[in-house]
Amino acid sequence: MAVARKQTRWHIAIFLAPALIVYTAIMILPLFGTLQLSLFRNIDQKQVFVGLDNFRALFGDPHWSGAFWNAFKNNVWFSLIHMLVQNPIGILLAALLSSNKLRFRAFYRTAIFVPTILSFVIVGFVWKLILSPLWGIAPMLLKEVGLRSLFHPWLGVPDTALTTVALISVWQFVGIPMMLIYAALLSIPDEVIEAAECDGITGMAQFWKIKLPLILPSIGIISILTFVANFNAFDLVYVTQGALGGPNFSTDILGTFLYRTFFGFQLQLGDPNMGSAIASMMFFIILIGVCFYLFAIQTRLRRYQF
Amino acid sequence: MKKNSIRLMLLASSLFGSASLAYADSVTLTIESWRNDDTQVWQQQIIPAFEKANPDIKVVFAAAAPTEYNAALNAKLAAGSAGDLITCRPFDASLDLFKKGYLTSVNDLKGMDNFSDVAKAAWQTDDGKTTFCVPMASVIHGFIYNKDAFDELKITPPKTHDEFMEVLKKIKDDGTYTPLAMGTKDQWEAATMGWENIGPDYWKGEEGRKALIAGTAKLTDPAFVEPFKVLAGWAPYMGDGYQAQSYPDSQNLFTLGRAAIYPAGSWEISVFNKQAQFKMGAFPPPLPKEGDTCYISDQPDHALGMNAKSAHPEAAKKFLEWVASKDFAEIYGNALPGFFPLTKEKVELKDPLAKEFLSWRESCKPTMRATYQILSRGTPNLENESWGASANVINGTETPEVAAKKLQDGLDSWYHPGK
Repeated sequence: MAVARKQTRWHIAIFLAPALIVYTAIMILPLFGTLQLSLFRNIDQKQVFVGLDNFRALFGDPHWSGAFWNAFKNNVWFSLIHMLVQNPIGILLAALLSSNKLRFRAFYRTAIFVPTILSFVIVGFVWKLILSPLWGIAPMLLKEVGLRSLFHPWLGVPDTALTTVALISVWQFVGIPMMLIYAALLSIPDEVIEAAECDGITGMAQFWKIKLPLILPSIGIISILTFVANFNAFDLVYVTQGALGGPNFSTDILGTFLYRTFFGFQLQLGDPNMGSAIASMMFFIILIGVCFYLFAIQTRLRRYQF
Repeated sequence: MKKNSIRLMLLASSLFGSASLAYADSVTLTIESWRNDDTQVWQQQIIPAFEKANPDIKVVFAAAAPTEYNAALNAKLAAGSAGDLITCRPFDASLDLFKKGYLTSVNDLKGMDNFSDVAKAAWQTDDGKTTFCVPMASVIHGFIYNKDAFDELKITPPKTHDEFMEVLKKIKDDGTYTPLAMGTKDQWEAATMGWENIGPDYWKGEEGRKALIAGTAKLTDPAFVEPFKVLAGWAPYMGDGYQAQSYPDSQNLFTLGRAAIYPAGSWEISVFNKQAQFKMGAFPPPLPKEGDTCYISDQPDHALGMNAKSAHPEAAKKFLEWVASKDFAEIYGNALPGFFPLTKEKVELKDPLAKEFLSWRESCKPTMRATYQILSRGTPNLENESWGASANVINGTETPEVAAKKLQDGLDSWYHPGK
């Protein structure tokens, strides 16, 4: 019997190729294109290499840096609300869903997950209508119960606009952490739970002492996904508050700031070079966040092998 | 939006389809525009009139959403996929397109002498030597009011600022109507229909505007701060939750008959004519004091230029020459009441409300929005900044003085006239 020759496994490369080519063409090359563009400036209709001058302007010129740090600050708050509201609620919902006593589980699961597949445009439009002081359901319902005075034009006041937009986004996306945690909870083997029950750990204590540590890696992944999505966010703010991130730039996040700068807005002409500088900063911020997670948190998380 | 573009695409494809059957060698021109509200008018009145005279040329009007137009157009031009005819925004946005070589000069076009220098100024190089778009229309600012409501409350259109405030108070005290249909959510209304609407009366129109450009006047001068103070006084009359009231909200509030006065641009006329079930009238910006000269913002709004890379330059030129003619002005002015032709020739308008706006040209001195020419060329952009400033002043989050100072500081950071 002849020994089968060890073959070069070409099929791996071939099957990987389409994804790799597409990803390189539409993600990696443009990324380097953007980094390159940020080092140039348009002078007399010609692209001139200016080194880090655009970044110097972005951080040194008070008008640019003011707008940048304002957008950054808003972005941090936007992200913080997701971390503090969306993820805990997602975990809570998942815990409730995985409870055996709950009826109509599939219905709840679907109902909560549906908004995530809706378009930003619809979500933004619907919530703008709900919260509209003129025709909104929110002021009408509050009026019905005699609490009309509690209603404020939340999306129009600088103090509340950003939080309101962030909560709309939470409403839309809470289904994603819920599903991921739910899957993680379901994958905990019954033996572990049974062992816990034998030791007399049930109910809340079981969740805190057994289940939560087991799903921590999933929560870590969800947090980093949320972080990346938040710092790339643009659509919802654009739909609800416009490209100026109104009122008075209180909802201006890096995404809208980038859009305005890169493509221009109304009389403001687009400046692809400055826009690329902002896009590069967004890239670096996300890179730093992800690296921090990978090296500082991920490596310390204990994993349990079942 | 999406539905609209699908409808357009269907329409375009059916046009292409039938065109290729009937006229084997006909040419199809595409017009890029941000006036998606006017699509129907173009398709039913303006284009058929041209096609009747020029059966070998087909025209497709492909409009984008106003806020997306600049971005979309720039991308299309850069990619070489833009239409043959390009609707030009006034001043820098189009000047930039011309400098980049996307637009051609229309100096030699037949009919260009139908336009005055002021009409052409918005689409000329800074030295005034080259014009690159054919002026189509301007919009006039003022106030539209609900005539029925005014009759009911027995009030007459105000002439001065004091009278205006009195009228507002009367309407508020009565309680049936929201006195002023305006919100600050979209910000631009506050500036465009607020500050730039009443402002010319305070900064004396062209005089103040040119002084700003020359650097001899500052935005912190009383002439420019005063209109902000007036705006701040409007807030109590602007309806519950006006901070979250968007532009369409304001339009609906007025056309549903729930508000009495609407600070307007004349472009609202065609929309309001269709929607409002009551009689409407208009009055120009109230004067600061009795006996002052009145000024109106008669803003050059759009023009039509030719894509330098158009595959059908001859057909495009033919269309532009037609746009420069009186025939076009008459069709356009009447099809879209509220967009006033810029041609020197006498054009008869039929719409009463549009006629009222146009009549102010005789008694008031025309000027244009102060932030538009040259002053919005740098970063920060004065026009966009003025939106925020006006909204903040109305919302009470900034005093008129602080808002004006911020605008001037922003301008000072990049604009150094005479240096």
